[in-house]
Amino acid sequence: MPSASEERALTLEQPSTRPRDSAVKVEHLSVTYRTTFEKKPTLRSALVRLGRRQRTVREIKAVRDVSFEVPHGTVLGIVGVNGAGKSTLMRTVAGILPPTDGRVEVYGRVSTLLALGVGFKGDLSGRENVVLGGLAAGLTRDQLAAKYDEIAEFAELGDFMDLPMRTYSSGMYGRLAFSVAVNMEPDILLIDEALSVGDARFKQKSFEKMRELCEQARTIFIVSHGLKGIRKLCNEVIWMHDGRVQMRDEPDTVVDAYKRFLDVSETDDALDDDD
Amino acid sequence: MSTVADHRRVRDDEFTAEHHVYEPHRVGLPPLGPYVRELWRRRHFAFELARTDLRAQHFNTVFGQLWLVINPLLLALVLFLLVTIVRGGSRGTEFLAHLMLALFAFRLVSVSMNQGAKSVVGGGRLILNTAFPRTLLPLSSVLTAFMRFLPTLVIYVVMHAIAGLPIGLHLLWAIPVFAILLVFASGATMLVATVQVYFRDLSNFLTYFLRIWVYASPVLYYAHEVPERFKPIMAANPLYPMLGSLSEIVNEGQTPSPGFLAGGLAWAVGALVVGGIFFVSREREFAVRL
Repeated sequence: MPSASEERALTLEQPSTRPRDSAVKVEHLSVTYRTTFEKKPTLRSALVRLGRRQRTVREIKAVRDVSFEVPHGTVLGIVGVNGAGKSTLMRTVAGILPPTDGRVEVYGRVSTLLALGVGFKGDLSGRENVVLGGLAAGLTRDQLAAKYDEIAEFAELGDFMDLPMRTYSSGMYGRLAFSVAVNMEPDILLIDEALSVGDARFKQKSFEKMRELCEQARTIFIVSHGLKGIRKLCNEVIWMHDGRVQMRDEPDTVVDAYKRFLDVSETDDALDDDD
Repeated sequence: MSTVADHRRVRDDEFTAEHHVYEPHRVGLPPLGPYVRELWRRRHFAFELARTDLRAQHFNTVFGQLWLVINPLLLALVLFLLVTIVRGGSRGTEFLAHLMLALFAFRLVSVSMNQGAKSVVGGGRLILNTAFPRTLLPLSSVLTAFMRFLPTLVIYVVMHAIAGLPIGLHLLWAIPVFAILLVFASGATMLVATVQVYFRDLSNFLTYFLRIWVYASPVLYYAHEVPERFKPIMAANPLYPMLGSLSEIVNEGQTPSPGFLAGGLAWAVGALVVGGIFFVSREREFAVRL
C-alpha cells in the first residue's frame, strides 16, 4: 500500500536554514535492547533455568533506522499499535534510553510525562514527590519553590497535595503528573498516553494548556491512542509501525490511513475515547 | 549542521544543557567527568530523598526518633548479654562500649546496603520518566543510613563516658575511619543496587549475608583476639580493618595501626571503583529492566 503520502514521508525532511530552527533531530536512530520476559527476575529462577539451559533474555529491536527532524513549535503526534516503538522513541529523545545506532539531537529543555512519572514514592505526599521529581530533573530548590504554587493550583488537588500519593485515585495521579510536566516551562514537552487524564473538565483544561504551550512556540510530542485528540492538537503526525516510520504527514491524512489499517480489528468507537 | 568540535562541547553537559546530543556509548560508560559533575549538581536530590525517606519512616516524630536510638541500643544490649553468657561473665563496660561502637558502625554499612538494594527497583517511575545520574539513588540510601547513624553516636558518647575510656586528640583519627566506612558503604550499596535489578530475590539473601557478616567482623570480640587460624577469613573481610582500627582509636585510645588503615582504605577504594563502574555501566539499561 505505498501511497503518494508515504513517499512524501520518506523524503519529508523539514528544510531548515539554521540548525537552531529544529527542536529535535533524529538521524538513523535504532534502539535495540535486551530484556527478560520474566515478570520478576530472581536468582532462584536463573539457577533453575541454568539447569535446564534456557535463556530468557530477548533482544528487542524497538526502533529501526528512524530519521526525522522537527522544527520548534511543532505539535507532533505519534500513533501506532502497541509495541510499535513509540515509547522507546520518546525515551530516547528524553535521554533516558541510549541509542544503539544513530544519533538524537535536542535543542531545548525537555520535560517528560512518560508513564506518569511523578509520584515514584507512594508513601510520600504529592508535595514531596513534586520536589523530588523536580530536583532529579535538575531544577534548583528556588526554581521549584517558584513553580510549586502554580503546579498545585493547576492540579486542583487541594488538601490531597499533603497526603501520601498512595491515597490518590488514578485520575488525581494523572492530574498531578500533567501539571508538573506542563508547568516546568519546557521548550520540549514529551507526553506519553497522558492526554486523557482526569474528568471531562480537567481534560478540557489540559487541552487549553497544551494549546497555550503550542502558541508559545513550544514543541510537543504526543503519543496517544486517542485519535480525535491527536487530530485536534497536532499539526503533524508520525505513524510508527514495527519500529519504523510508516508515514509522516498532516494529521488527517495519517490518522485516516492509520484507521484504515486498524479497521481490521478495532472499531472507531474504541479509538476515539477522549472527548 | 553542527561540527565535530561542537559535539565534543555539548556532550559535556549530557543532562543539563539546552542542547543535548545522544549517541551510542561504545564501552557502556558515559564520559565520567561530566557524569560526576552532574551528580554533584543534583546532590540536593539525594539529600531530599534521604530526608523524606526518614520522614516517611516516621522519624520526624518524637517516638520515631526515640526508636532510632532505642532499636540499636537494645540490639547492642542483647548481643552484650549473649557474649557475657557465652564467656561466663568476664566482660565489663569497656567491652560494651566497643561492642556498641562496632555494631553502630556496622549498621552504617548494613542499613545502607539494605536500603540501597531497593533504591533502584523502588525508583521505577522516576527512572522511566527522567534522565538523571542514577547513582543518586543508592548514594541517597547511604545518606539515609548516615542520618540514622548520627543519633546512635550520641548514645555511644554517653557509653564512652560511663566506661571511662580515654578522651583526647587521638579521637580525631576516627574521622578518616568513618570516611573510609562511608566510601566502602557507597561502593557496596551501588553493587547490591545493581544486582537487585537483575535478581529481585537478592534482598532476601542479603539479610542472612549481613547476619553472618556481623559475626565475622570484630564486633562481638576485639580484632586482636582473633585466633591465628581464623586470620585468613578476616583478611577477606573488608570490615575487619575498618572496625579494627575504629576500636583501636576509640576504645583503646591508640593511634590506628597503619596496616589496618591501609587495608581499610584499599577495600573502600576497591569497592567504590568496582561498585561504581558496575552501576554506571549498567544504569542506562535500568529503564528497560524495571
